[in-house]
Amino acid sequence: MSEAGELTVTILRFGFLILLWILVLSTVGALRRDLLVGSRTKAGTARDVRNNPDLREEPAPVRAPARRLVVTEGPLSGTSLDLAASPVLLGRAQEATLVLEDDYASGRHARLFPQGSRWFIEDLGSTNGTYLGGTQLTRALPVEPGVPIRIGKTVIELRP
Amino acid sequence: MSDVLTVPRSRRNIEFVLLLLALTVAISANYLAGAGREEPFADHFWFQAITLGLMGLLIHVILRFRAKYADPVILPIVIALNGIGLAMIHRLDLSAILVNPDYPPVAPQQVTWTAVAIGAAAILLIVLRDHRILRRFTYISLIVSAVLLLLPLTPLGLEINGARIWISVGVGTFQPGEIAKITLAIFFAGYLSTNRDLILLAGKKIGPLQLPRFRDLAPMAAAWLVSIGVLIFQRDLGSSILFFGLFMVMIYVATSRVSWVLIGLAMIGVGVFFALELFSHVALRFDSWINAFAPEVYNRAPGGSAQVVQGLFGLANGGLVGTGLGEGRPDLVTYANSDMIIAALGEELGLIGVVAIVMLYVILVSRGIRAALGTKDGFGKLLACGLSFTIALQCFVVIGGITRLIPLTGLTTPFMSAGGSSLLANWLIVALILLISETARRPAPTAPMTDSFPEALGGGKPVKKRTAKETTR
Repeated sequence: MSEAGELTVTILRFGFLILLWILVLSTVGALRRDLLVGSRTKAGTARDVRNNPDLREEPAPVRAPARRLVVTEGPLSGTSLDLAASPVLLGRAQEATLVLEDDYASGRHARLFPQGSRWFIEDLGSTNGTYLGGTQLTRALPVEPGVPIRIGKTVIELRP
Repeated sequence: MSDVLTVPRSRRNIEFVLLLLALTVAISANYLAGAGREEPFADHFWFQAITLGLMGLLIHVILRFRAKYADPVILPIVIALNGIGLAMIHRLDLSAILVNPDYPPVAPQQVTWTAVAIGAAAILLIVLRDHRILRRFTYISLIVSAVLLLLPLTPLGLEINGARIWISVGVGTFQPGEIAKITLAIFFAGYLSTNRDLILLAGKKIGPLQLPRFRDLAPMAAAWLVSIGVLIFQRDLGSSILFFGLFMVMIYVATSRVSWVLIGLAMIGVGVFFALELFSHVALRFDSWINAFAPEVYNRAPGGSAQVVQGLFGLANGGLVGTGLGEGRPDLVTYANSDMIIAALGEELGLIGVVAIVMLYVILVSRGIRAALGTKDGFGKLLACGLSFTIALQCFVVIGGITRLIPLTGLTTPFMSAGGSSLLANWLIVALILLISETARRPAPTAPMTDSFPEALGGGKPVKKRTAKETTR
């Protein structure tokens, strides 16, 4: 092969590798905004906030984390339980964290679980349902301290 | 927390620019592959370039109309990988034709399959507006998977190189197992997102491990039996690993319990032990992995290590920058255009080129996982995770096998290997991930909620559903 031909082949060969890396790097560049997860979650740029009022930072409400679970009504009234970081299973079954001696409760009635700084309650397909502040649960909802949760004849509350 | 708040922005224009760049890579690879061996800009060059370009733009236009907020980098990456694969297959055809003028070229068929696969992905994007519809087909997909996996064992099935995973369909052969990995992912995602809480809560606690109840183990045992069945009756180690790995990852993602992974690994251990004892082909594979360079193992047929070792020689010949496309001898390796395509690319593009390709796969998988993190329904999260993981696991098994990190098994390199069914399945996976990423990035249709007790959003699905606002604050 002539010298010029060889030169062309070499240029093409390295040119292709460079092109491949340009693709990779520009793909990563396109994701730059997405990769800055930490700083992006706190606030958008000033322009983003102007264009999307939803993003405006609101001071987070000060919320005392719940530390205790107290039974306020029902057969177990007065019982209290310290909340750790693990989920709490409520029901009549022996493996439940709080065994309810309540004929209107199901074996595996509901569960309380921590997520972030708050506790959520979720009904586990019980027969009689779980009520949070008077509303029947259809999905997991956050529980604020002091809001009554009714399971059968038992009422429990979270306390800070 | 799982949801990250970003300003919703369509970013289709960025996708368009990246797509043009990807097409440039694909078409220049195609040009280089043919340069010096055939006249430049021959018919096949145009056929390949125009098919890939048109189909890529078709998906781009569909995304503009149907899934405006889908992830912008997935499509360019996949087009680039597909294009590089097509170029390498064409280049290997040219070498094979030099040796044997009667050799039937593989590349035209692969280009046709590319068009079919991208067309199928386009149809899926148009027909399926929302991936959550698939949840209704949880148990149907289980049945479909079972049928697909059993098809090769019926009289329709074909046995090629000892593995019975193909069926003949009029014009050619098809690997139903490739489609089965999608339907299995749909089943696992539907099943686990429904039963996650029961599996999570029940069971005894021993030390730091919470052991699942026996009856919750049943689906896992079923997945294990399916994988073992594939291994025994179809003699396909790769698919067997893929199916079981898929299930293990999905159940781990659903429950975040390490005990499942440990149980799964123990089951794999048992499976490997018995497979080694009972099946000669598995034992031969193992032997040709450990003693690959022993002359008697190298020359043994069947079950010799010649293929792996030739691939390693090719990679060594390529070195850091490679021999240049069309300048090496990757055609010396058997199945250079399907199982060993990474070895062929490694020889001609060198370490630098192969790392770029691996990077593209890494970005693709990470975008799939990102879509899973962003979407708010449990089914979508699990499905996106499972589907991206199948791509990752395939890359690991193939590249690990070629570099002799693990025993070589016959899985396809996603989007690159010659083979229509794999291409079709992987493009369908891409369409699903694009749809899920669209729901993840789309701005919420309603104003952010301020009430602590919002109306139930219907369905009554026991999955934590929160707005982005709550979780990120």
